[in-house]
Amino acid sequence: MSLRSPLRRVLGLGSAKEGVQHWWVQRLTSVALVPLSIWFVVSLLALPSLDHATVIAWMSQSWTALLLIVFVLVATWHSQLGVRVVVEDYVHGAGAKTLTLVIVSFTHVLIGAAGVFAVLKVACAAAP
Amino acid sequence: MPTRPLSPHLSVYKLSRYTLASSIFNRFTGMGLSAGLLLLVYWLMAVAGGARTQARAMRLLAQPLMKLVYAGLIVAFCYHLVAGIRHLIWDTGRGLERAQSRRSAWLVGVVSLVLMLVLAYCAGRAAAGPP
Repeated sequence: MSLRSPLRRVLGLGSAKEGVQHWWVQRLTSVALVPLSIWFVVSLLALPSLDHATVIAWMSQSWTALLLIVFVLVATWHSQLGVRVVVEDYVHGAGAKTLTLVIVSFTHVLIGAAGVFAVLKVACAAAP
Repeated sequence: MPTRPLSPHLSVYKLSRYTLASSIFNRFTGMGLSAGLLLLVYWLMAVAGGARTQARAMRLLAQPLMKLVYAGLIVAFCYHLVAGIRHLIWDTGRGLERAQSRRSAWLVGVVSLVLMLVLAYCAGRAAAGPP
């Protein structure tokens, strides 16, 4: 049994040089998420309450806003890579797989954009 | 479908192996955290929407049933964090021997369990409000 795909045999090409891209970005985002996620959980727990004034005051601090944006973006990217692999593994049939991947991609772009927008809106509104 | 072997090769492994269970649970918790990300962004959007929008969202987020979701997120976060660090250590080429891998599977379980309890305790205290 050959491990080569039919396409690989037909084209007779070597690797596309992008084989490790997904793997590498997944690791890169995991390394970044270790401190970022711990920072997020600890700061959220350190808030005296979750009422509007407290959360606004917290989110409008420059460093909080910056780290929140980075956290949301990196987490969304990491999530997209992870969910994509699960879909590729468990959703069968080219049509269903492609459609699911399109939905997954669109949803993640929306999540990332919404998170950044929300933090920027709060932080900019509070700026002097 | 191609005849060459395609992942996941679930049927060729003994499912009773906890090294396999630890790997599947990592994926499972990752999916849970993706759902948690949706919840986080929903909360951020509600905060950005103003005091009234946030109050309405908080009523939904404070439902008794949501406690179950938060408990699930705590379990998912702690496990995925610790198991992810195990994966990062593997990526350096260390700890891949069978005995080491079995030992680290146990270690991940124990460390993440301790982390879960600590986080649940802190979250419970924070939810109860300042003393």
